[in-house]
Amino acid sequence: MTTSVETSRDSEAGIQGRSPRQIAWSRFKRNKVGVIAAVISITLLSLSLFAPIVCKILGIDPDTLNLDVLNTSGIPDLPNGGISADHPLGLIPGTGRDLLAQLLYGSRMSFMVAILTTFTSLTIGLFVGIIGGYFRGRVDNSIGRFTDFILAFPAFFMIVALSEPVVKRIESTGIAQGNSARIIFLVFFLSFFGWPGFSRLIRSQILSLRERDFVTAAEAMGAKRSRVILKELLPNVWAPVIVVASLSLPGYLAAEAVFSFLGLGVQPPASTWGILLSNASRYVTVMPSFFLITAGSLVIVVLAFNLVGDALRDALDPRADR
Amino acid sequence: MSKEIILSVTDLTKHFPVKKSKDRKKAVVKAVDGISFDLHAGETLGLVGESGCGKTTAGRTILKLTEPTSGSIVFEGQDITKFKHGKMTSLRAQMQIIFQDPYSALNPRQTIGKIISAPFEIQGVNPTGGVKNAVQSLMERVGLNPEHYNRYPHEFSGGQRQRIGIARAIALKPRFIVADEPVSALDVSIQAQVINLLDDLQREDGISMVFIAHDLSVVQHISDRVAVMYLGKVMEIGPTANLYHSSHHPYTKALLSAVPQPDPRSEKSRERIILSGDLPSPINPPSGCVFNTRCWKAQDKCRTEVPQLVQLGGTQVACHFPE
Repeated sequence: MTTSVETSRDSEAGIQGRSPRQIAWSRFKRNKVGVIAAVISITLLSLSLFAPIVCKILGIDPDTLNLDVLNTSGIPDLPNGGISADHPLGLIPGTGRDLLAQLLYGSRMSFMVAILTTFTSLTIGLFVGIIGGYFRGRVDNSIGRFTDFILAFPAFFMIVALSEPVVKRIESTGIAQGNSARIIFLVFFLSFFGWPGFSRLIRSQILSLRERDFVTAAEAMGAKRSRVILKELLPNVWAPVIVVASLSLPGYLAAEAVFSFLGLGVQPPASTWGILLSNASRYVTVMPSFFLITAGSLVIVVLAFNLVGDALRDALDPRADR
Repeated sequence: MSKEIILSVTDLTKHFPVKKSKDRKKAVVKAVDGISFDLHAGETLGLVGESGCGKTTAGRTILKLTEPTSGSIVFEGQDITKFKHGKMTSLRAQMQIIFQDPYSALNPRQTIGKIISAPFEIQGVNPTGGVKNAVQSLMERVGLNPEHYNRYPHEFSGGQRQRIGIARAIALKPRFIVADEPVSALDVSIQAQVINLLDDLQREDGISMVFIAHDLSVVQHISDRVAVMYLGKVMEIGPTANLYHSSHHPYTKALLSAVPQPDPRSEKSRERIILSGDLPSPINPPSGCVFNTRCWKAQDKCRTEVPQLVQLGGTQVACHFPE
């Protein structure tokens, strides 16, 4: 009798339940579009991360001015924007820089702004949302009115109007200069106007979660607030957090491009998608390939990240694993 | 009864404020409106009544999961009515709750092992032989396979989940448990299993229990005494046999007449008392006896004077004209 119990205890490591995470992963794997989009996203992200190495392997350089292959009006001699074995995506008219290298280096800046912004606004939103949803009542009301107040701001015009003076102010304090100051400005203001959306979502999740009996059970066991929040509630909001993060990242990528396009983001000679696009728009009639490739690459990235977000949302469906 | 009184509830009320924008009067829902009873060691008190009569609120208020509006709760000789969170914490090991909905009672992101070991962790208890051993013997005790330690709640059926909830509740050997409709979400065959499990555990550990339910036959099976609630008040309270066979309150009679009989012949001849009207709003309960709007014996006195609980035969009744 005792031995049988012993053996069953020993074999218990063999019986392992599937965690919600494993289930979500197996559901994600079944979604072909999502998997393809994820592969594309990760590939592009690592290409951008390892841009110097990639460029070295391809033998291209973002700063070399290939003026010898441009004609007198600054347009590449070869058709399709000078696409050749040396320059896989052609050259940038006027300067003769390699477009692929510029795109790779430019995407680093764009990704950095987008990832930093998503991270900061999500962190703030998570914190504020949990506080509001958990404490409810007056706390929640004041937080709610404050988020309404921020959401009511015309964020776009605020950022446009504040850009110059605030960047100057950052530079004068000596925290950062030039492009770093501009990146700080963009990340700060995009996050400042971005967190209320997250905080509302998190708050609504927490509001419904905290009424569930397992929270009451924890309270009935004498659990402290910190435990209820960190151990009971927080693990249950990761799913929506991951989904909104993956869906808002491409949004911020596009936002960065918009502000750079308008000349409010990073300044040339550094490059981002926005700068390349604004440059390309001037050549759209004489050299459409430049514009198509630049805009196309942005479209692919944004689309891929959005599709990953959608697939994650389906895979992490909270109703499927209660 | 000479047994030790473990819990004594006196005039307990719980009013929830409701916002009324038109007139600034503070309206309140009188969810629990002055209930009193004693619970003896090892005893089960059934708490019955229709939906919305305040059974669940009563249970949660007794455990101080919601703050009582007035009245007193004395647990093991200590008046815990005014106890704050910190002072309650050590007492929480002595009083536990079992929930109605087994789907909402377990955190979907935690394994069963983690869920059942939470009481040890929170109360800082180190059971002999380690937490894992303790959890597995608890699982065995409630009829679960201890090898399922690492599984997640979604991999279990409703009845199994309820067993998990019970294991968690009895982990620290509490002296008192509020079972809040523990079987009403389960199908009948599972109900019987869970009730028998509760019965066994209670007998073995000498746990006192407040068993909230609206299924009268379940309550009859498990309870030593039964309290009948209506609109936040106790209408009648007494030993189970007395209450079921010789009740005095018209509401108790009406409630009991609604229990179907398993024998078709006696079911045919069963006399049913059909109450007219709906449950009045607990925001604005009837004056006098709260049952007067639906009672067939109501007189003027019932509309003005609140009846008190008085001993009559085997039970205590709150009625001006008991049967």
